[in-house]
Amino acid sequence: MAKNSEIKLIGTAASPFVNRVQFVLHLKSIEYEFIDENLASKSELLLKSNPVYKKVPVLLHANKPPIPESLIIIEYLDEIYPDIHPILPSDPLVRADNRFWANFIDNKFFPLFEELRRTPEKEGKEAIKKQLIEGSKLLEEAFVKFSNGKAYFGGDDVGYLDVVLGCFLGWTKFVEKHNEFKIIDEVRTPKLLEWTKRIWSHEALKDAIPRNETLMDFYMMLQINRPPRKATSS
Amino acid sequence: MVIRFLNSRPHIIYPHTSTPLTLRPHLRKNAVNITRNPTMAKQEQLVLLDYWTSIYGMRVRIALAEKGLSYEYREEDLRNKSQLLLDSNPIHKQIPVLIHNGNPICESSIIVEYIDEVWNDKAPLLPSDSYAKARARFWIDFIDKKLYQIGMNLYTKKGEEHETSRKEFMDCLKLLEGELGDKPYFGGETFGYLDVSLIPFYSWFQAYETYGNFNFDHECPKLIAWAKRCIQNKESVSNALPDLPKIFGFVQYMRKKFGIEE
Repeated sequence: MAKNSEIKLIGTAASPFVNRVQFVLHLKSIEYEFIDENLASKSELLLKSNPVYKKVPVLLHANKPPIPESLIIIEYLDEIYPDIHPILPSDPLVRADNRFWANFIDNKFFPLFEELRRTPEKEGKEAIKKQLIEGSKLLEEAFVKFSNGKAYFGGDDVGYLDVVLGCFLGWTKFVEKHNEFKIIDEVRTPKLLEWTKRIWSHEALKDAIPRNETLMDFYMMLQINRPPRKATSS
Repeated sequence: MVIRFLNSRPHIIYPHTSTPLTLRPHLRKNAVNITRNPTMAKQEQLVLLDYWTSIYGMRVRIALAEKGLSYEYREEDLRNKSQLLLDSNPIHKQIPVLIHNGNPICESSIIVEYIDEVWNDKAPLLPSDSYAKARARFWIDFIDKKLYQIGMNLYTKKGEEHETSRKEFMDCLKLLEGELGDKPYFGGETFGYLDVSLIPFYSWFQAYETYGNFNFDHECPKLIAWAKRCIQNKESVSNALPDLPKIFGFVQYMRKKFGIEE
């Protein structure tokens, strides 16, 4: 076990981006201190550590300046602890492909969840649900390609995209239940569905996935602080 | 028409006897004829799908030049995208795309990091220190999230939206100026990844200044000095960036075309 009390993670349990970093810390057996943040009333520490975005997660490592942005934190951790459970593959082309899909997940796929929440009209919501379903089909294809018949995106064991996508499973189930539709299902995305069951019970992730009550609290906070847009009148 | 960069200078080459580019099977049907370049390593074939005004494309051109790589430049018609582009980047259908030995790589930052990793024996772009790398990546992510869109608002929006964008744009430049500090380059003593990623925006500065109603020399002098230093000292930059008036002319043309009042 790589003992390291020098690592602190500012975050909140409900944030999938924070969960992502926790997943990597657990995989690499890195001890860390979790600094729980209340996003409705941000601490001085967070505002000082991430003045540009004021968001979690932020990694504090020894006496170095803080590092925000989950994907940047993951690559940093992978570089400073390269020998324990490497996250990114070593081949430059496969790395580029992994990074491409992480970019897709963060910039195209996941923002749809928030867009769904904030869209008031049924028609608008239906359009976004369609986009989520299309996105999940692309992710199914990506899984088939990367896993190459094995259990994870990373192959035999968890890799970069397992971490990048796996952290959203709590919210995926929440959104599915709340909006009465399936993003990942046995007909359209069978391999991805099997993968979600596998990753959900993975040693390194299962403690980091937030409980439904935590997500509900966070959802209510969002509904108040960033309410859905007003319906446009016809 | 094919534009070929040999030793980083553009040459126009009209294909005559040429060998089809070796592409992976699903791309083979769109084989692009290129002239074999004797100075390129036997197995290396590089094609860049790009558009001359693209900030993101310029990043890749600079990175390729920094590494002394020869490649085929293909100018895309963005209103009528080539089958090669659609096949190489089916999800986003956007340039730039770098095709290396038949394998497409998309997204400019990902392409630049790829180039740096593969051709790691010369002109390193990313810093070797992990923290410095993280810091550079943070600012590039910031530039990509903010600067491009806000910059576009400067010449497409009016009224309150325009005013808000003006303020946001200047805030971004000031933050970046803060990150530069008194260093000659963002990379320190040497031109690096963040320099490569930001300098293409300079080619758009006449457009931003005019439509944003700024005076950059006055408002962010250190950044302007840095930009001029890059152009003066780095041939990779001066070759890759179109002249500022050309980009300004392009923006004027686009505004007229989309009916944005002068």
